[in-house]
Amino acid sequence: MENAALKPAELLHKTPLHALHVSLGGKMVPFAGYDMPVQYGDMGVLKEHLHTRSHAGLFDVSHMGQAVLTAKDGDPARILEKLVPGDIAGLSAGQMRYTVLLNDKGGIVDDLMVTRWDERTLLLVVNAACKDKDFAYIRAKIGAETHLEYLGDRALLALQGPKAERALSALIPDAARLFFMTSFKTVYKGQPLYISRSGYTGEDGYEISLPAAFAESFTRELLANDDVKLIGLGARDSLRLEAGLCLYGHDLDEDTTPVEANLKWTIAKRRREEANFAGAEVILKQLADGTARLRVALKPEGKAPVREGAEIHAGGKKIGMVTSGGFGPTADAPVAMGYVDAAYAKNGTAVDAMVRGTPRPCTVAAAPFVKHNYKKD
Amino acid sequence: MTQVLFSEDHEYIKIENGVGPDGSAVKLGIVGITDFAQKALGDVVYVELPKVGATVAKGGQAGVVESVKSASEIYSPVSGEITEVNQALADDPALVNSDPHGAAWFYKIKIANDSELSVLKDEAGYKAFTESL
Repeated sequence: MENAALKPAELLHKTPLHALHVSLGGKMVPFAGYDMPVQYGDMGVLKEHLHTRSHAGLFDVSHMGQAVLTAKDGDPARILEKLVPGDIAGLSAGQMRYTVLLNDKGGIVDDLMVTRWDERTLLLVVNAACKDKDFAYIRAKIGAETHLEYLGDRALLALQGPKAERALSALIPDAARLFFMTSFKTVYKGQPLYISRSGYTGEDGYEISLPAAFAESFTRELLANDDVKLIGLGARDSLRLEAGLCLYGHDLDEDTTPVEANLKWTIAKRRREEANFAGAEVILKQLADGTARLRVALKPEGKAPVREGAEIHAGGKKIGMVTSGGFGPTADAPVAMGYVDAAYAKNGTAVDAMVRGTPRPCTVAAAPFVKHNYKKD
Repeated sequence: MTQVLFSEDHEYIKIENGVGPDGSAVKLGIVGITDFAQKALGDVVYVELPKVGATVAKGGQAGVVESVKSASEIYSPVSGEITEVNQALADDPALVNSDPHGAAWFYKIKIANDSELSVLKDEAGYKAFTESL
């Protein structure tokens, strides 16, 4: 759990909610340069995970990078499209999209959320561990035509689970009117909030961007609702894994394309036709011809978790590697994902994951492991 | 009174005096992980037990305990032959959290070398050790 090569705790960044986490029993660990709660004393990963799926979990994701992209002239969407394969220009005000930032080889620099605020403004939310790299890359590639403003003085909360709508709309009634992957700006108690119906757990819920100085009091307001509990990074990881969602640096990296990552759906039809994004040549060829390897979901038989780094074997030879894996508390079974040679990527294919030298039978399966619960209509 | 000793890897061993097949005195150890260890691990979802009849060396791997977020190896606090494993624990790994020093024992071992016990800690020594971490 704690990983090596760490900065001393005093050199780690702290989110605006750090003191609150510590006071509420958060077990703090270094993550992406921040001192973050992996779990809270009174619950633990298993209960936190189950609470999110049955009630509502509140996550501090202030370590993620929030930035506003504008163009020096007009709409920044077409300019950003040089670096991502998604349809950004087609987003209407308030709509958002999951997409990937690409390098010239078609490899994934990061995965991110892009929200259109209006015809001249986009909000980007990127991974904590990648934000310095991402912002430098965006500035190097399209900085001459755009302005990127890092929102370093804002916190970000995720409120996820079936009780999220009731909990947030008790404070901000308009939140109930949002559908999945839409957003609005509002003012609450004089504070500017950016609220979207999105998240990364597979559940209905929201992400709420708010001024850092307002974060603790707003968090306490949400926690006053008995359905809402603070949830740490441990359960955040098991929730996203069960939902079949990728974790950058594990399931995605700069040597992996969205085609290999089985994220073909992020490459919009118009963008395929225009072929004008970074790495388009590589990616279009892969779309036409296929790839040597593909990301798949894996269902291990039995109870033994299959974790990141386990080799995947078939017919006595290595055909892939597990990139994320663990125990799924809602699935009540081990769950995993990884990359396999394309010949073994079909649902239902039997493979072995090597766990401590022992082959553990797994089936290539359709993700997610638990049904998504998004509010789509 | 049963003697209980502790390793710095957070295993406990309860020592019982017994009699071997040839009538000689043997010492048996019952091994598990400490309450301190189960709290650090969190909710245990899987355990792997050693094989009965296997011989393990002191410090050698003698099982695995996995929580939602991580896998940890069990290192045998002493050398010897595994005489029994706790199948009930494999069936209900959460016992590690609810009763680590009781129902959640992992295996029994025939202690090969008494002198290995002298480097383990007693309860007060282990408590002081965990407080220093």
